[in-house]
Amino acid sequence: MNLTLKIWRQAGPKATGEMVTYPVSGISEDMSFLEMLDVLNEQLNARGEEPIAFDSDCREGICGMCGLMISGKAHGPEVTTTCQLHMRSFSDGDEITIEPWRADAFPVIKDLVVDRSSFDRIIQAGGFISANTGSAPEAHSVPVPKPKADRSFMAAACIGCGACVAACPNASGMLFLGAKITHLGELPQGQPERDARVVNMLTQHDDEGFGGCTNIGECSSACPKEIPLDVINQLNKDLRHALAHGE
Amino acid sequence: MATNTLPVTGKPRPASARRTTVFMKLLMALSGALFVFYVLVHMYGNLKIFGGVEAFDEYALHLRTILMPILPFGGFLWLFRALLVVALVAHAWSAFYLWSRARGARTTRYVAKEAAKATLKSRMMRWGGVALLLFLVWHLLQFTILKFNVGPEAAGDSAGKLVISSFQVWWVVLIYLLALVALGMHLWHGVWSASQTLGWTSSARSRRTAKSVATVIALVTAIGFALPPLAILFGIVKG
Repeated sequence: MNLTLKIWRQAGPKATGEMVTYPVSGISEDMSFLEMLDVLNEQLNARGEEPIAFDSDCREGICGMCGLMISGKAHGPEVTTTCQLHMRSFSDGDEITIEPWRADAFPVIKDLVVDRSSFDRIIQAGGFISANTGSAPEAHSVPVPKPKADRSFMAAACIGCGACVAACPNASGMLFLGAKITHLGELPQGQPERDARVVNMLTQHDDEGFGGCTNIGECSSACPKEIPLDVINQLNKDLRHALAHGE
Repeated sequence: MATNTLPVTGKPRPASARRTTVFMKLLMALSGALFVFYVLVHMYGNLKIFGGVEAFDEYALHLRTILMPILPFGGFLWLFRALLVVALVAHAWSAFYLWSRARGARTTRYVAKEAAKATLKSRMMRWGGVALLLFLVWHLLQFTILKFNVGPEAAGDSAGKLVISSFQVWWVVLIYLLALVALGMHLWHGVWSASQTLGWTSSARSRRTAKSVATVIALVTAIGFALPPLAILFGIVKG
């Protein structure tokens, strides 16, 4: 496959960036998207040019480290992470635009790498859950209804890649936040601090400069873990309850 | 690459549910819910014109005698108007606040961005809302505050006659039809969005229901409001 890539190049956090066009040839359709970028970087290295910086870690779709805006779609045309996207999803001669996640809460570090530590700070703002320490408790001492366990597990599938923020017209982090709220809120262990958690995490989300949700649904359709929009509903509901409880 | 985690950025502030963006969304949803109720009642009242000018004027009089003699003549109407003004301020204020936040949340735009789920109705919420605000000014000046008559017939003090006269003018009807398209689209996305904000859509089924209810309310409102002006323009309803 021969492709034309238009890639965002930015030397550092404060530098002004620009789109640069690179032709690549000899790409196999069995390569992953990141392997295709590896091929380009080898060619750039051979020419003595600065290789393109991009994030990746596990390359098996479970760590949430990689994430690129590919021709206007977060993680590209398939419902998966960038590392699990294969070149067979593209055609020979395609022109592909590659940009970093765009959100002021995700500042660009270099080229396609963004700083997503705002997500870490949201998690941190969630604080602790009250649990007795000591020897492991009997597994059946705290029963969890199956539907609640399933919903919690569904929300826990969030890998924090940031595609929801990248796809959102408002650059809102509420699908991520909603997933975290639902994840603990469905479980008995998450109940004692439930009200304070939603207020603190949402306050941190707002302080980081993310936008608000307008219920369009771009986030959910971009999510590689297919987290549904109802986690945002859960976030709103928990906030309403916290409000009623005087938080 | 490793990134460091800092506890808090910016100035720390005490966390309060009242100072969150979701609270602003709740404010918007609740004030919006009042408007949904109001436009449905208003739409129903407008249909009285099909019963003739007398029926319409009688209805207008009844609106002023609700809860009399506990309240004075027009008392309920003015209380309700005051409530609507408060709701309008809350609705517009939260909208502009969230709008400006969203603008600040992505100051560098994408070179290429493809929408997967965004539709015309969801993308037009903000500008459609501004259009409705401008229409509201025109509408209130025309029928409530100045009561100016751009039509061919004398209206006197009769609200019904003013309506009949005004909608015989094609461009007045056009303004109203355009406003109804904006209102319909605003309700279509707005009713669903408010259900989600109020936390009523926890399952795929309730999400579908909310979207269907939104479609029905949008259609009923837009068509119900469009009937009287069109009927008057085409001479089906005469003064």
